Amino acid sequence: MSLPAKISLRGLSVSYGAAQALQSVTLDIPAQQVLGVIGPAGSGKTTLLRTLNRLNDLEAAARVDGQVLLDGKDIYQAGYDVVGLRKRVGMVFALPVPLPMSIYGNVVYGVRLGGLRDRARLDSLVERSLREASLWDEVKDRLDSSAMRLSGGQQQRLCLARTLAMQPEVVLLDEPCSGLDPISTAAIEEALTVLKARYTIVLVTNNTKQAARVADTTAMFLFGQLVEHGPTDALFTVPQDPRTLEYVTGRFG
Amino acid sequence: MQAVAVSALGAATLGTLAVLVFVVFFVLEKGLRAISWSFLFSNPRDMGRAGGILPTLVGTALLPMVALAIAVPLGVGTAVYLTEYTRETRLTRLIRFGTDCLAGIPSIIFGLFGFILFVSMLGMGWSLLSGGLTLAIMILPTIIRTSEEAIKAVPLSYREVSFSLGATRWETVTRVVLPNALPGVVTGVMLGIGRAIGETAAVIFTAGSSLRLPHSLLDPVRTMSVHFYILAREGISTENAYGTAAVLVVSILTVNLVAYWTMHRVLARRSR
Amino acid sequence: MRLIGDKGMRWILLGVALSAIASLLTIALFIFHEGLPFILRVGPREFLLSSEWDPQSGHFGIYPMIVASLWVTLGGMLVGAPLGIAGAIFLNEFCPRPLTRIIKPTIELLAGIPSVVFGFIGVMVLAPVIRQYLGGPGLSVLAASIVLGIMILPTIMSISTDALAAVPNSFREGAMALGATRWQSVHMVVLKAARTGIVASVILGMGRAVGETMAVIMVAGNAVKVPHSPLDSARTLTANIALEMGYATGQHRQALFATGVVLFVVIMALNTVASLAARRRAGAA
Repeated sequence: MSLPAKISLRGLSVSYGAAQALQSVTLDIPAQQVLGVIGPAGSGKTTLLRTLNRLNDLEAAARVDGQVLLDGKDIYQAGYDVVGLRKRVGMVFALPVPLPMSIYGNVVYGVRLGGLRDRARLDSLVERSLREASLWDEVKDRLDSSAMRLSGGQQQRLCLARTLAMQPEVVLLDEPCSGLDPISTAAIEEALTVLKARYTIVLVTNNTKQAARVADTTAMFLFGQLVEHGPTDALFTVPQDPRTLEYVTGRFG
Repeated sequence: MQAVAVSALGAATLGTLAVLVFVVFFVLEKGLRAISWSFLFSNPRDMGRAGGILPTLVGTALLPMVALAIAVPLGVGTAVYLTEYTRETRLTRLIRFGTDCLAGIPSIIFGLFGFILFVSMLGMGWSLLSGGLTLAIMILPTIIRTSEEAIKAVPLSYREVSFSLGATRWETVTRVVLPNALPGVVTGVMLGIGRAIGETAAVIFTAGSSLRLPHSLLDPVRTMSVHFYILAREGISTENAYGTAAVLVVSILTVNLVAYWTMHRVLARRSR
Repeated sequence: MRLIGDKGMRWILLGVALSAIASLLTIALFIFHEGLPFILRVGPREFLLSSEWDPQSGHFGIYPMIVASLWVTLGGMLVGAPLGIAGAIFLNEFCPRPLTRIIKPTIELLAGIPSVVFGFIGVMVLAPVIRQYLGGPGLSVLAASIVLGIMILPTIMSISTDALAAVPNSFREGAMALGATRWQSVHMVVLKAARTGIVASVILGMGRAVGETMAVIMVAGNAVKVPHSPLDSARTLTANIALEMGYATGQHRQALFATGVVLFVVIMALNTVASLAARRRAGAA
């Protein structure tokens, strides 16, 4: 029943200069499941995500203490291959960020960096990724047109396809449906439910109902601290911490 | 009171505009008459008293090219370093200070410097190479400034996406940042060309004033601005002087217009 | 590129980034190396204060040129600064936006006209007018001042406009809410706030005026005498270098480099002051 943890956080603390974003977080992220991360704004959810693919490295003032173990290895140890890490742990950002190139170019951007040139393989990779992101049918006739012309929901699914094309092991999603219409949101949620069979998914969301719908386990954060963590059903119906109860019932947000 | 003040200010502004427009029109009016196919594409005869200005056109085209070949990699590289590879440190402030100082040095000093180092000490003589190197240093600050602005304007999110897909910093720079900063960089290049075309003092002392067509980088060249200066000061031919000036002015205005138009389009696209 | 790696790339780019400073230092080095020994040998007082410039007989006093440069620069500022600042105020504060969008770029565009062309117009149009109505040879300090003023005007206008635009709108609105007219809010509040930036623009303009060569050669007359009136012909430091460098040898050449040293120091000083002023404004705002 208990699958091995894909990612383990041990005493993870992150600060940006004087501001503490995460305090001593210890958490196991199971493989091939969706972990929902909920909590009000400023609770450290995005920081948590960015720690998992070391995107925090881009912030000059970021300090990371503790361990983040991917398949048992600490990704923060000296000499760890960060570029390789990011190919295994992909990320979809809150606002869709299509690169200013064609749809095709977007999907293969990361893959091309890895040296894949064979047109046939790229083509099949593009189709597969766009199908997984529920976007193939809508764009299959215009793969060479600019990605900037897609609607918001389509762009976000494109970003998902772009990440999936890398064939990562883990997919991080940072509030991917904020600002999207309900239909696009549903499309993405459905894609995630199918994808978790193959990927480990961490979904940060400010929409508790979304977590309830999609996540297998859920972690609740408040002011940088992990308040509670467990199977989604249990967390939403019989939470152990009073703060969790107040948040999921909407007493604060 | 306000009416008086505003009228005075407006008059001053329009007066300035009028003078500048007058200068352009004066040169064009007197100069366009002298311009013809043969003027543009034949060689000068009798030290420029008659004939055309072809060698100077060639010189004016080649010299900025040599300068750009040196200044663009250095300038864009500097801009990339300052924005992508480092934070604001004492070193970066020093680099910016040095760039600003360089921008303020008058062209005659560049002429002296270029003469002593390139023409004399390094033995390159009066040549395309000496002139090109000197001009390169002159336009370097412009390239650095405009490239930096263009690179900074590329949204941070593009870089984050690139990194999150497993790109190295250099890959991110070459595949995402620079292609997007290109119009801004081109603007800077155009402005640099405009400045290089109009430069005289630095060019005379480094590229020489030979009226022969250059066959190698080590041959001297005469640019239009130098030719114009010589024709005018030596009183060789007022008509040809005006003609050269007209071509010169038209070239510079065109290059600068393209620069502004490119910049305008970049700003328009960004605000969409 | 994978061979070099990201770390390697950073070092390469650092080297490239140092090229600007390296160039600056090299220029300073060479100019000083060629010119400073001469000044020290002849003695700064003799060099700077003697009125006799006669290379043939070994006299290298640049006092007439210093005075000429001073006059021409100040004259240029008298012409260029008021017009430039007036233009900046008008375009930024009073001119309707659509008109500004045309006029401002046009003035900046026309500023790209090379100095030799301005000089030529000065010779063909301005100098005869001066000669006819005011006397003197026409090619004079006055002619150079006017031409120079028009040339540096766009610089002053551009930087002053930036300084004015940087003043927050709340200043203007605040003043007008107290009953001031637009003009009053401008000259009582906005100008004071933009003062450092405008001063910086003027100092920068001065630096460019001092360094201008070609236009000045064409219209200032180039007589090696201390000018006593604006209608006199005069030779600036820059003109002196440019005119004689072509055939100068030995001591003569060193004297010209020494003149270059003086120019370099003066202009660097002016530009540094202007930068500090601009930085102070940015810090205070």
